[in-house]
Amino acid sequence: MSTTTQNGAATVELQQPVVAPRTPLIELDNLSVKFGDREILRGLTASLRGRAIGLLGPNGAGKSTLINTLLGFYPPHSGSARVFGHDIRTGKREIRGLVGYMPENDAFISKMTAVSLVRMMGELSGLPSSVALERAHEALFYVGLAEARYRQLGTYSLGMKQLAKLAQAIVHGPKLLILDEPTNGLDPSARQRMIRMIHEMRDSQQVRIVLCSHLLRDVEDTCDEVLILKQGRIAHYSDLQEERKANRRFLEMEFYGANGDFTEAIEKLGCECAIRANRMKIILPEGIETRDIFRLAAERDVRIRRLNFRRDTLEDIFLKAMES
Amino acid sequence: MAVYRRTYSSYTGALTPSWSRWFVLFRYARQNLFRSKFQTALFVASFFYPLVCLAMIYLAHNLAFLQQIGAPSQVLVIDNRFFFYYMNVQGVLAFVLTAFAGPGLISQDLANGALPLYFCRPLSRPEYVLGKASVLGILLSQITWIPGLVLFIVQATLAGPAWTWDHLWIAGSIIVSSLIWISVLSLLAMALSAWVKWRIVAGALLLAMLFFGAGFAEAINAVMRTQAGHFVNLAYLMRTVWNSLFQIDVEHAIPVVDAWIAILVYCAICLGLLLRKVRAYEVVR
Repeated sequence: MSTTTQNGAATVELQQPVVAPRTPLIELDNLSVKFGDREILRGLTASLRGRAIGLLGPNGAGKSTLINTLLGFYPPHSGSARVFGHDIRTGKREIRGLVGYMPENDAFISKMTAVSLVRMMGELSGLPSSVALERAHEALFYVGLAEARYRQLGTYSLGMKQLAKLAQAIVHGPKLLILDEPTNGLDPSARQRMIRMIHEMRDSQQVRIVLCSHLLRDVEDTCDEVLILKQGRIAHYSDLQEERKANRRFLEMEFYGANGDFTEAIEKLGCECAIRANRMKIILPEGIETRDIFRLAAERDVRIRRLNFRRDTLEDIFLKAMES
Repeated sequence: MAVYRRTYSSYTGALTPSWSRWFVLFRYARQNLFRSKFQTALFVASFFYPLVCLAMIYLAHNLAFLQQIGAPSQVLVIDNRFFFYYMNVQGVLAFVLTAFAGPGLISQDLANGALPLYFCRPLSRPEYVLGKASVLGILLSQITWIPGLVLFIVQATLAGPAWTWDHLWIAGSIIVSSLIWISVLSLLAMALSAWVKWRIVAGALLLAMLFFGAGFAEAINAVMRTQAGHFVNLAYLMRTVWNSLFQIDVEHAIPVVDAWIAILVYCAICLGLLLRKVRAYEVVR
């Protein structure tokens, strides 16, 4: 399901709150955030229910501000938001108890060892001391810092610091994991590893993920729902899973030797067609498969050179949202 | 999430009480503090003077020994002045200990942006400050009012009930004067620690406040021909309050009430500065 935004002169708003058939994770209700006179988030309204939600947008779009507001770091100027049904104004503590957060920037104590820091963070989240120690080791093993867990964090490379931040975010087994630019500063193999971990965590069904990234590929690889922000407003919401399903009916075809009869025959099947030279775009209705197209082509001696399922990539969606 | 499995698993066990989370900060900060051998040595050295005082109390009640060494029996009088001097010595030691222990408390969290890691958890800013302040609070209590009360109890035991009832107020003075000093030092050290990320500079600034504060105050008094300069001299303000608490009869350049108010203002300013800096992210308006 894709919800297109409505472009007004000054605002871009969703026509209706997005609803998906799952429990709401984050509900935004006309949420605005101001720093002094500057309005950073402008009347955001959405309901996000995906297992992994991607937050996209150019620099200064308000992605990190939205995350920080959901965590209660910034107070909303107007409107409200709920995370797992807890209001961000009144239920800060409950929300923070359910969330694991991996910040974008450096966040570590240089003189502490990774295992001490992760353990302390586990204890601050409410784990008993011995459990926190056990889970700190486990989390560091899981992210791949097992060998380096007794080293001071100040001696870590950028990639290792990212992994340590992830370890502290998952040590207490949160229900929601907020990852702000998790692949920043990672080399290709470390990036692959990070993406694989996010996949695993998402597929474990034990945690839901909000991923904030500039890298469209990271979001496309891991998320099933995307919210694109632009200048503090929602520019586009997209349920990638639904969109992938929907796009299975959208074909692009290149052919030779066809005349109007072939197009007519396809349209008689109930397909919508757009033809330019020897290329045709087709939307297949329910019950019609590609073999029907091949059959019609064979009957009319039309040679099909290429036939692809065409779907908008996240890049297409993002660029459209930015142009809107 | 067992190590051998290496998969993600959520936690479903029991959690510690929500109110007790600040204590985690206390434990880790204290552990970190005593990793330094110098800090540990300084802490141990702070008990030297209380031991001397203990010996003096013992001697004051052991007339036979004083006569043996030929000292007049009145040379050691245990009264309010004795405890006032005790507080002065321990107060200076508390200051030195704070200058080394205080600046690292918050600056190391700020230096590499670790504060969001604390505040994305069920831990409020006041709880964070409480956790960090309690390290200094308990550390300084251990060298000020706790040994002070022990000395008072020893003296009371040796001197008998008549002395105890007559001088019971001294116990209150020991506690109150220590707590004010501890509050001022803790807030000042933490505020400096929050604003000056470099630990050594923060420590130096704290020492400078005491030593240069007095010089600066005298300069103001001399140039402006006033006594108002004493308000920038924290040590003088504290001495004025302590003099009144221990009923030491000396003349003050500024009224005791004004000294109290000035100290409370210092505390409020430090707390304000501290809370302004201790937040997950700074808001750029």
